[in-house]
Amino acid sequence: MSLFSVFNIAGSALSAENVRLNTTASNLANAQSVSGNEADTYRPRQPVFSSILQEQAGTGAKTPGVQVTAIVEDQSQPIRKYSPGHPLADQEGYIYMPNVNPVEEMANMISASRSYQNSVQVMESAKELMQMTLRLGQ
Amino acid sequence: MSSAIDQAFGVQARALSVYAKRAEVLAANIANSDTPNFKAKDLDFRAVLDQARQKEGASVAMTKTSAGHMNVSGVTGDFTTKYRTPLQSSLDGNTVNSEVEQANFAENNLKYQASFSFLNGTIKGLMSAIRGE
Repeated sequence: MSLFSVFNIAGSALSAENVRLNTTASNLANAQSVSGNEADTYRPRQPVFSSILQEQAGTGAKTPGVQVTAIVEDQSQPIRKYSPGHPLADQEGYIYMPNVNPVEEMANMISASRSYQNSVQVMESAKELMQMTLRLGQ
Repeated sequence: MSSAIDQAFGVQARALSVYAKRAEVLAANIANSDTPNFKAKDLDFRAVLDQARQKEGASVAMTKTSAGHMNVSGVTGDFTTKYRTPLQSSLDGNTVNSEVEQANFAENNLKYQASFSFLNGTIKGLMSAIRGE
C-alpha cells in the first residue's frame, strides 16, 4: 500500500532536516569561538542533500526520499582580527574567528524548520487517511 | 467471485489506490523540497486510472507463500510519472514549489476522502441489502 511509503519518505525528510538544523545550531553556537591559529578555527559546515530512490518490494516502482550524503566544511579563510590583548592571540597579536554569517544561518534555520513542518503535516494527513481506510464499511 | 461485488464498487476502489499512489509522489516532492537538482513529479491521473482499470484481473506483485493464496487484482506500482513544468527556476536546479505541492497534497487528500465516502456508501448499501432490514 503506497500510503505506507509516505511515512518512509516523510520520515527521511524529517531526519535530513534534523541534520540541517543541527549543523545550523552548531554554526551559530560556534560563531564566537576564537582560536589562536588558522588551522584550529571552527569552520562552518553545511549538509548536502540528495534523493534516495526507495524501491517498493517487488514492484520496481521508485519514489525518492531524501538523505544527507555529506557534511561539508566551509573552506574560506577564517576572519583574522587584531586583538593583542586576547589570551589566545598569536605572536603578531591576531586572533582567528570562524567565518559564520549569522543572518545566513538564521535563514537556513527558518527554511529547515518550515520543511520539517511540511513533512510532519504530510505524515499527519497520511495517518488520517489510513485510519479512515481502516474504518471502511463500518 | 470478483465479478459482482467488484462491479458494485466500480471505479472508486481503483481511484482510491491511485490517490494513495499520488499522495506518495507528492510526499516525495515535499520531502525533496531542499534537494539540489531534484525535479518535481506528478501523476497523470486519467492515464494512471485507465492503466489501473486495464490491469483488472492481472495479478499484483504480492508474494504468494502458499498454493491456497488467491490472485489479487488492483493497482501495481509501475505508474508513469511526469515531470512538472517549473513556474520559476531556482539556482540549485530544484523544481519543487512547496506551496503548489502542499495545495496538490490537500486536494488529493480531499479527493481520497470523497472516493472513500462513495465506497463507504456502496458498502453500507450492500450490507443493508444482505441483512434485508
